[in-house]
Amino acid sequence: MKRRDVFLAALALAVIWQIAAMIVDMSILPTPLNVLVVFFKELQNGLLLHFAVSLWRVVAGMALSVLIAAPAGLIIGGSKRLNRIFSPVIYLLYPIPKVVFVPVVILFLGIGDTSKIIIMFLILFFQIIVLVRDQASGIAPQLLQSLQSLGAGRRALFRFVYLPASLPAILTALRQSIGTAVAVLYITELSATKYGLGYYIYYKGSTLLDYPSMYAGVIAMSLLGLGMYFSVDWLERKWCKWKFVS
Amino acid sequence: MINIQSLTFEYSNHSPLFQNFNWGISRGETWAILGPSGCGKTTLLYLLAGLKFPTSGKVSINGERIQRPRPHSGLILQDYGLLPWSTVRENVELGVKVRKFYGADGKHSPDNFIPKENIESWITRLGLGEVADKFPGQLSGGQRQRTAIARTLALEPDLLLTDEPFSSLDAITREGLQNLTLSLCAEQNITLVIVTHSIEEAAVLGKKILLLGAPPNQNPSIFENPNAGKVDYPNSAEFQSICRQLRNEMQKGTRHETA
Repeated sequence: MKRRDVFLAALALAVIWQIAAMIVDMSILPTPLNVLVVFFKELQNGLLLHFAVSLWRVVAGMALSVLIAAPAGLIIGGSKRLNRIFSPVIYLLYPIPKVVFVPVVILFLGIGDTSKIIIMFLILFFQIIVLVRDQASGIAPQLLQSLQSLGAGRRALFRFVYLPASLPAILTALRQSIGTAVAVLYITELSATKYGLGYYIYYKGSTLLDYPSMYAGVIAMSLLGLGMYFSVDWLERKWCKWKFVS
Repeated sequence: MINIQSLTFEYSNHSPLFQNFNWGISRGETWAILGPSGCGKTTLLYLLAGLKFPTSGKVSINGERIQRPRPHSGLILQDYGLLPWSTVRENVELGVKVRKFYGADGKHSPDNFIPKENIESWITRLGLGEVADKFPGQLSGGQRQRTAIARTLALEPDLLLTDEPFSSLDAITREGLQNLTLSLCAEQNITLVIVTHSIEEAAVLGKKILLLGAPPNQNPSIFENPNAGKVDYPNSAEFQSICRQLRNEMQKGTRHETA
């Protein structure tokens, strides 16, 4: 994804938004220019703090998911026996919409950051574990045998084959999960918190009826997702250089 | 050096590929294992490499029973087994890195390994200098094969096992790499075992040729080919004769199987 393309897309959306705002002509849909002015004003007025809190929650949820799901996926994918045991469990749990657990998790873990991070973790965990497991179990046996012939045992196979082979799958899982993660972040921040973009958007829009500020929050949330997409792309270019050569 | 005694090997739910099979190789010899598809030649190589194990009988190298890949054996497979995410240099270094990863434990790595030549020297000798920072996906088949050879020889093996290593290369590249492999093995006093389905390749490379037939293989069929590897040998009448002989034997085996 090129920055110029993102800029052009944003410009096109702003034009459509402007036209829609002019047609509707109601306070519930302010013009993009109006929202942009409020956005910069709100940044100095607390929006930046809400952004930072949301960023921390989503990054922590993602990091926790990668740290637990990626090794688990590697171990399950690297062993036919473990794959046979755990795959049915994963397939039973994977389709459950984890958002339904929001009240349960809040009940167990309280109203702090932990419950929000755990919800994020529950969603991302399954996406990462499935992709990494598939990648690890799909590694060509000849590649493993070549490494074994160089003296590699199980530990070295994980270090030199399974881990690097699964990196693109981890990043793909992260990329695919960003949209869901940000959407879930909004839901988890609707209640039991006074910080975060979800809280900010809901409070400004539903309580104060301050629509320009509400849209400023929506823009901040969009930028949060965009920044994460760019970060994953950057990591992929840095860690998976071989995928970008021809 | 290699001693196979009363080897029986079968994959589960299949009839045996080898039954009470005996075979031996002396140090420094150059062997080609030839046979039609499904005769068990790659399986035999994997048994020597310690990647598969006999159903019964014994495979030993230098008196030691093979129970896992041996640090002094090198293996080059048909698709070269290069890591796609590592550059040529990193791939050539890989075996050395694996040895450092475990340390000199005598199991994954020899307990007295001090390389005589460094990685850069192998990269240069195999003509990989210009592509050292490229990834396998950017290389030609010949360059990939050179990388696999450099990676294996950097570990200074005493036994080199190769499975159809030149099958996907064009004729000129194949000839060049065949000669290179032979000269490097002679220089380093490496015992070479090459698996091939090509009669001509077996005759070019193998000073001794083991011909496998329709399973189960019981008695080794061995052909002496002392002039293999010499310049102009492929143009000689002797070469044509051994090829004819091998072809006749293979056809006999095929006819026998069909009947």
